[in-house]
Amino acid sequence: MDFVLSKEQQMARALFREFAENEVKPLAEEVDETERFPEETVEKMAKLGMLGIYFPKKYGGAGADVLTYAMCVEELSKVCGTTGVIVSAHTSLCCAPIYEHGTEEQKMKYLPKLCSGEWIGAFGLTEPNAGTDASGQQTTAVLEGDHYVLNGSKIFITNAGYAQVFVVFAMTDSCAGNHGISAFIVERDFPGFSVGKHEKKMGIKGSSTCELIMEDCIVPKENLLGQVGKGFKIAMQTLDGGRIGIASQALGLGEGAVDEAIAYTKERVQFGRRISQFQNTQFQLADMHTRMQAAQFLVYSAAMKKEAHVPYSMDAAMAKLFAAEAASDVTRRAVQLFGGYGYTREYPVERMMRDAKITEIYEGTSEVQRMVIASALGVK
Amino acid sequence: MKAIVCVKQVPDTSGKVAVNPDGTLNRASMAAIINPDDKSALEAALQLKDNTGCEVVVVTMGPPPAEGMLRELLAMGADRAVLVSAREFGGSDTYATSQILAAAINKIGLESDDVVFCGRQAIDGDTAQVGPQIAEKLHLPQITYVAGVEKVEAGKVVCRRELEDGYMMIETATPCVLTCLKEMNEARYMSVSGIMECYAKPMEVFNYETLKDDPLIQIDTIGLKGSPTNIFKSFTPPQKGVGMMMEGADKATCAKLAGILAGKHII
Repeated sequence: MDFVLSKEQQMARALFREFAENEVKPLAEEVDETERFPEETVEKMAKLGMLGIYFPKKYGGAGADVLTYAMCVEELSKVCGTTGVIVSAHTSLCCAPIYEHGTEEQKMKYLPKLCSGEWIGAFGLTEPNAGTDASGQQTTAVLEGDHYVLNGSKIFITNAGYAQVFVVFAMTDSCAGNHGISAFIVERDFPGFSVGKHEKKMGIKGSSTCELIMEDCIVPKENLLGQVGKGFKIAMQTLDGGRIGIASQALGLGEGAVDEAIAYTKERVQFGRRISQFQNTQFQLADMHTRMQAAQFLVYSAAMKKEAHVPYSMDAAMAKLFAAEAASDVTRRAVQLFGGYGYTREYPVERMMRDAKITEIYEGTSEVQRMVIASALGVK
Repeated sequence: MKAIVCVKQVPDTSGKVAVNPDGTLNRASMAAIINPDDKSALEAALQLKDNTGCEVVVVTMGPPPAEGMLRELLAMGADRAVLVSAREFGGSDTYATSQILAAAINKIGLESDDVVFCGRQAIDGDTAQVGPQIAEKLHLPQITYVAGVEKVEAGKVVCRRELEDGYMMIETATPCVLTCLKEMNEARYMSVSGIMECYAKPMEVFNYETLKDDPLIQIDTIGLKGSPTNIFKSFTPPQKGVGMMMEGADKATCAKLAGILAGKHII
């Protein structure tokens, strides 16, 4: 596997790093403290083409590749996990299924506005009784003439408070199990659609996580995404791609914590020596960096496979599993290296530790990733 | 209409400045950046492009690796780039550099409504000479210390010229040269789509052969031979000592202060 970045990818990484450092990092603490969605950052990212990185220019995208997108989420997450997941959910969970499964009309209608940031996107699969078992969808969609009527609710929907477009899953045939699920493109302004309770979370506090409520929600027939009954497959394929985004977020969080810990331990003096001079610190940081480097290889490998249109489901699962667990471990160790200061909100590592935990849970828990990997290995 | 922007790649002096034993700057060990004043000059040109749709051409003189900087400028929105690079141009001081850049601008072609944007000065030399010298050699009007391009109309440009104790509003005819202050704007970032396009945008290399027929290019007007500047000594100036503070508004203190100043022949 060759990880030599092209000149364009190197330039893009430099752009993301500079942008993260100048525009995102200064807001990260306040966004977390006040649980505020960083609208101004989203607007700036939109102008730079960061909300449609790997989609063709024809649809308003930047015409780059999946690895460049992964690097964008990685660099943003190094300084702010909230900003990383906003881009990830918008791109992987809303733009991608429309691009991959939409009709030409749907793509031309939705992607230019999503890629330009005029509209933010979200994805509605999880329900109160359908979390890891996503097949247990209770939201229903009934065809009535030229439209579907959707009823039900979704929970834990990232970007929901600010999104205009939602890719929503609902049962069109409750007797057909997974094959009874269909996907729809739902606009915020459709009659009967509303955004409900805003969740208060442990981490990624600036991201908007809300409930979606559909009460006799009218969705035009032409907003069916893909074929009737193929929704579960669309959801699973979308989550394969989404896992690259979340793995990139985890990767960035872990790398950010390593950067912070290196800087801090070179300054902090105890027992008359900088704590970076103690072998324990050196070994900890060596292990932390090695874990994140291994995570980066897995994430980049999965991104390159998706770009090459070769099967990447297991690669994305391995990348997310490993990067998420590495991020949780590395951020926790960073707090330990900071000692008491690390536990205070004066330093960013406790925020990184809180932010990292969710990467083991959303878009498929680590346990689900293990199921995907084992299944791909034929282990039954 | 087009905007021609002269840019220089400079060592980043915001971090540690590395100096060779002979007192010259150790450029190899320092990161190369776009000169800040020049970046703002490009931003001013790109704003002109946003408003008028004009073409933006970026020009730099430097070794072949300067192409990387030009690609960044193309990713920010410039339309085409010119790299002026030749062994014969090496060792040029500001006089020779402006001679070569003026010839390059002649080669690009100046039309009646064109504007040449330069940064005020480069952070490595701090001379602020190249922009004005280009204007002189091309017989163009110039506005230096530009803090804002207020108006661009057919055949004329109005700029705000910032001075230490005030500002001037100056109108001049095009084509003209403007030297820009970095404070005049905040340069935009590259965009992702700009990055994807920048290697497909045209980039020409002007070497000695390309420019040799311009009357400005003579063997004794370019490179080391064409550079009248001689550096006799390069050194780090000694740090200034702590100043003297005198307190009090009484006659005796004032008389003492006047005595000190008179002793130093200041008054």
